Amino acid sequence: MQLSREALLKAYRQMKTIRMFEERLHDEIALGEIAGFTHLYAGQEACAVGVCEHLGPKDYIISTHRGHGHCIAKGCDVIDMMKEIYGSREGLCNGKGGSMHIADVNVGMLGANGIVGAGAPIAVGAGITAKSQGTVSIAFSGDGACNQGTTFEAMNMAVVLKLPVIFVFENNHYSEHTGEAYAVGAESMTARSAAFGMKAIKADGIDFFSVYDAMRELIDYCKAGNGPASIELDCERFYGHFEGDPQRYRGKGELDRIREERDSLKTFRKKVTEAKLLEHADIDAVDAEVTALIDQAVAESKAAARPTAADVTENVYISY
Amino acid sequence: MAIKMIRDVIRDTIDAEMARDDSLIMLGEDIVGGNGSAGGPEAIGGIWGTSGGLWAKYGPDRVIDTPISESAIIGAAAGAALTGKRAIAEIMFADFIGVCMDQIWNQVAKFRYMFGGKSRCPITIRMPYGAGFNAAPQHSQVIHQFVTAMPGLKVVMPTTPADAKGLLAQSIRDDDPVIFLEHKALYGVKGEVPDEDYVIPFGNARQVTQGDDITILATGLMVGFAEKAAADLAQDGISCDILDLRTTSPLDEEAILDSVEHTGRLLIVDEAPPRCSLATDLSGLVAQKAFSSLKAPIEMVTAPHSPVPFARELETAYLPSPDKIVAAASRLMSYRKV
Repeated sequence: MQLSREALLKAYRQMKTIRMFEERLHDEIALGEIAGFTHLYAGQEACAVGVCEHLGPKDYIISTHRGHGHCIAKGCDVIDMMKEIYGSREGLCNGKGGSMHIADVNVGMLGANGIVGAGAPIAVGAGITAKSQGTVSIAFSGDGACNQGTTFEAMNMAVVLKLPVIFVFENNHYSEHTGEAYAVGAESMTARSAAFGMKAIKADGIDFFSVYDAMRELIDYCKAGNGPASIELDCERFYGHFEGDPQRYRGKGELDRIREERDSLKTFRKKVTEAKLLEHADIDAVDAEVTALIDQAVAESKAAARPTAADVTENVYISY
Repeated sequence: MAIKMIRDVIRDTIDAEMARDDSLIMLGEDIVGGNGSAGGPEAIGGIWGTSGGLWAKYGPDRVIDTPISESAIIGAAAGAALTGKRAIAEIMFADFIGVCMDQIWNQVAKFRYMFGGKSRCPITIRMPYGAGFNAAPQHSQVIHQFVTAMPGLKVVMPTTPADAKGLLAQSIRDDDPVIFLEHKALYGVKGEVPDEDYVIPFGNARQVTQGDDITILATGLMVGFAEKAAADLAQDGISCDILDLRTTSPLDEEAILDSVEHTGRLLIVDEAPPRCSLATDLSGLVAQKAFSSLKAPIEMVTAPHSPVPFARELETAYLPSPDKIVAAASRLMSYRKV
């Protein structure tokens, strides 16, 4: 699919923002600046952006514990996200959620989620709303969540109710610390999705264009009233399951190899410059812009207001 | 004013709320029934008789018959509610909460809080509950003690047809998740129900009887047992102040403390086993805030620490009863400090 120069630059900017957001977090966490568990999305940028570049605010996504990339791709404010991860009361969720629960319902982002496999059923419900307004609902899951019973229930119910839900399985080949080859009992997660009675395809999750084109087809298919669909995206996780993970399950040289050969940003740059759609200078300019944005986000987060004990019980209920 | 059974009140209230609000949807197993069968849709109309005719009136996009998938039912109701709908989810037996606990506890109950107050999740989870039908350990339980302990959930337990109407309307219109517990043994109870539209705000106990000697706190089926016991006790000149809590979260602390300060004796009737329960919670509340009013140790009539048994004799022995309440009341009245 031919994209305009503006659309290409925007897609690259989103991917680069995710990469730099995560790399900066990796550094800040190592310095002890950030509390709690953080799961970085670096390496999978083409998945989130290739999906979300098709979506508007009335399309919905629900995410996973590895959710920063989906949040950025769907339009959550990057500075407010960073503030949330720093635990500021100025954060997107007032410091109540943190890395694993970033959400902004107003932009159609129904939340990162700390429970593996919890998102798919909620995406089915968003699909009920989507069906009534001609939009779509996306359930991002990994190769870990694909084995949860909740995901199976959601897939079956979406087929039964013919809902415009797309189950996006980002296969980064590790469910936490266990290989996909061990944990996915079926021939493939795509074959299993097809067995539920839905259209199921695969795409290359490190290639923005592969994801983007495949998603165009699926969104059109779902909006035409054919019910749900599924896509398996072959991708790579550049960091561990969580920050601090020693990654002893990786093969020798594996990380160097995937960073060299399976990098979504390098792949994008190569494709668009070889096709003369963008110049290297265009891309370098985006890099500089994003660097400044992430610097600003971290600086503002470090200076942002901290929550107080009085905030603990706020927003348990709307009344009483 | 009409005389109605609770099951019909629930059905009629859902009907009225669906007519009132186009965004309201309802999901559950067999709430329509018969889909995909020779008998066709509405062959059942809900196994509890609480959804008959709604599918025909509002259509399959609003009255949604689901597969047996409790997690997906709650998740789907939650996802719809997060994105602008209002939802009623029916879990056929409250015991099945175990299947969908993650969606209730980690998702629905926490959205508003962990998203910094920027989301709403107007969902009413209806759950038929309770013993009395020899339905054995997995179809007879109460679950109010678990959900009352969970911040982010409101918990409603109606006992009369008039309350069922006002409390269900309030639950559906509430912008927070509500667990609406319907005792299976009360579905056939008849009573007067005002015709006009009304809601009953949460956190207001119902004064069932007024009395001077013993405060009795109860919910659901236990309220009727307390009334029977109180009638017996009245023969002996003992008068009971019975409060039907109506909602266990929020809790009407003021009514409870006022009553205990008046009577000086507290008897709690709870269908749950005795440990970490509503009974122990209420007991703790009174011990902390009305200790000096107490003339005798607090009495609790509860189920034993066991699953709900199947056989008639066993289930009868398991449940609290008017006789057990009378015995506990007698202990309260005869207590003398040594």
